[in-house]
Amino acid sequence: MAIDAGTIEKLIKAGLPDAQITIAALVDDDNHWSAHVVSAAFKGKSRVQQHQMVYRALGSRMGNELHALALQTSAPGE
Amino acid sequence: MSTATTNAADRIKQDITDNPVLLFMKGTPVFPQCGFSARVVQILTTLGVKFKGVDVLADPEIRQGIKDFSNWPTIPQLYVKGEFVGGCDIVSEMFENGELKQVFADKGVPTKG
Repeated sequence: MAIDAGTIEKLIKAGLPDAQITIAALVDDDNHWSAHVVSAAFKGKSRVQQHQMVYRALGSRMGNELHALALQTSAPGE
Repeated sequence: MSTATTNAADRIKQDITDNPVLLFMKGTPVFPQCGFSARVVQILTTLGVKFKGVDVLADPEIRQGIKDFSNWPTIPQLYVKGEFVGGCDIVSEMFENGELKQVFADKGVPTKG
């Protein structure tokens, strides 16, 4: 099972509406992606908490349909 | 909570208490079975940190249990002195900017050089 970039972006946006998301393919297989997510909701949160917020938005897909998502997160201006 | 979940959580708690640096990974430190696990092994080896690897592929109860325990959906997961540091992306980022070495220093874990 695979997942496309548009779906990943939509899911993250549903959980973090203000997010600026840049998605790139790590491998051209719809299974390995990298995402850079910038959101004001990350302000004052640890990196682990920031990633947990993105994982929460992706729900059960993470680790299943979506095998690998290299994640980078930051608050605006950081 | 089912008995299996409780058992897994208890075993994880015991393991992260007993081992100052513990890596939940796919495969073993010598033969990692996944590129992301291999990357974290490589970072710890580069820093000269002594760690124990837990192969989640060999233990389905821990494989699911550690995801619930850390509220983290992916493997690898690095614990230092009982505290969850992060997965491959965070550990890599912290290694590159020097933060990881500082974490080990702050927690009294010896590194090389």
